[in-house]
Amino acid sequence: MRAHILGYIRSRSQLSTAAILSDQLPETTLSAHKLTRRFGKRVIVHEVSLELRRGEVLGLLGHNGAGKSTTMQMLTGCLLPESGEITICGIDLLRQPTLAKARIGYLPEIPPLYRELSVDDYLTFAARLRGMKQSDVATALAQTKQRCGLEAVSRKNIGTLSKGYQQRVGIAQAIIHAPDVIVLDEPTVGLDPAQIRDIRSLIRELGNHSSVILSTHLMGEVESICDRVQIMQEGKLIYGDTTAALASYGGEPGHLEDNFIRITETQP
Amino acid sequence: MIKLLALRELRSLFVTPSTWFFLAALQFILAWFFLAMLEAFLDVQPQLAQLANPPGVTVSIAAPLFNTAALLLMMLVPMFTMRLIAEERRNQTFSLLLSSPIASRDIVLGKFAGLLIFLIMLTATVPLMLYTLALGSPLDHGLLAANWLGLLLLTGSYVALGLYISSLTVQPVIAAIGALALLAGLWLADMVATAPNSPWHAISPLHHFQNFNSGLINSADVIFFILFSTVFLLLTMRRIENNRRYG
Repeated sequence: MRAHILGYIRSRSQLSTAAILSDQLPETTLSAHKLTRRFGKRVIVHEVSLELRRGEVLGLLGHNGAGKSTTMQMLTGCLLPESGEITICGIDLLRQPTLAKARIGYLPEIPPLYRELSVDDYLTFAARLRGMKQSDVATALAQTKQRCGLEAVSRKNIGTLSKGYQQRVGIAQAIIHAPDVIVLDEPTVGLDPAQIRDIRSLIRELGNHSSVILSTHLMGEVESICDRVQIMQEGKLIYGDTTAALASYGGEPGHLEDNFIRITETQP
Repeated sequence: MIKLLALRELRSLFVTPSTWFFLAALQFILAWFFLAMLEAFLDVQPQLAQLANPPGVTVSIAAPLFNTAALLLMMLVPMFTMRLIAEERRNQTFSLLLSSPIASRDIVLGKFAGLLIFLIMLTATVPLMLYTLALGSPLDHGLLAANWLGLLLLTGSYVALGLYISSLTVQPVIAAIGALALLAGLWLADMVATAPNSPWHAISPLHHFQNFNSGLINSADVIFFILFSTVFLLLTMRRIENNRRYG
């Protein structure tokens, strides 16, 4: 109970700080209503509804094949839902995709990297692609490289970088245009423990100004950076609450991992 | 946005070693052919001089050279178009474009423009090579201009078709073979169709190039190339939209 209250206070205080910072922008940055997606006859995502507020980090959990990546593809406009609605900062993603997508940053499961380009060239391209003005790119590029620890490799070809650095470049392209909604599909996969720690603190920091939705299998990640969690199973959302509430699921404080398994196993 | 995507394509092309290999191979073949044609012309020149209205150096060298370039491009363009969409989808970089505030139309036009600019640079060496003849002989500028225009329109139609095939698959090799098979198929069907009004002539890009090759700019041919390219570009845009819709 205590953990629950603390978690609630923590998320509320972040929300209110963020609300003061952004008095003009709507508080709900991402809202998805009853998203459904089929591939052939198989229903991959079934009536998933999500809401994300500014200053919030939402963890999307679930086993492999639960529909997390498909949901994220729909939230970023890569895939159209069969039915349902998505609004980004009040803009309908399906009706005004160009306007809405300028406010999204997306890191897919496999980072979309042009291996033959240098880090600088690639990030500049990504920033311009998201509609940034040429005059603003240099500042954003320097700031993003500094945040993601990429200064030392800025002139290197992406193809020659280690997996950890490539992942960082992937995150950098998703945040260079300062989007309101950041969608990260397994952002710490393939990183070493020190890199995981750095990336987690970066995501936490991003979550203070924007909204972050990330999918992961690592409960440690959820515990350290997510304000809220949603658990998906077979295309449906089966649980949604604060991280603290998940930790004390069933009335007693316990490991997130155990509680996650309990929830997914008890659901039909 | 179209310009941004076109520049990205160009940059990626120029930093890829295989591009330079293709460039070198094409220039070598064209230069070889040019010199062979020049030598043959010099051999028969005394006999040609006895004719009442002898063919000039432009007709004897430039026209066959442009025709060879057109055939070589037919084989070369699929090697470049295969990368455009199929490779991006295989490497998962296409999601960067799909999640960006950019319309499918701009993605297609950007890629088309990028490769076309590259191929224009590539084929620019053909008229440059021919203009070295101007040092020793007057040239038929009209014939050269018609051929150059024809070659550009032809290249555009090849790129548009290759781009569409590239959007159909995630395997670049299949995209290359598919585009080559279609282009070569159209060419061969045109070659073996003996009837002058055969429909194969009407739909073969190389057949429509023949008028340009002999110095004739026929508006019907120009319209054919523009229509051919437009149809395949529209099909590619539709295909990308369908990708979003059906996965």
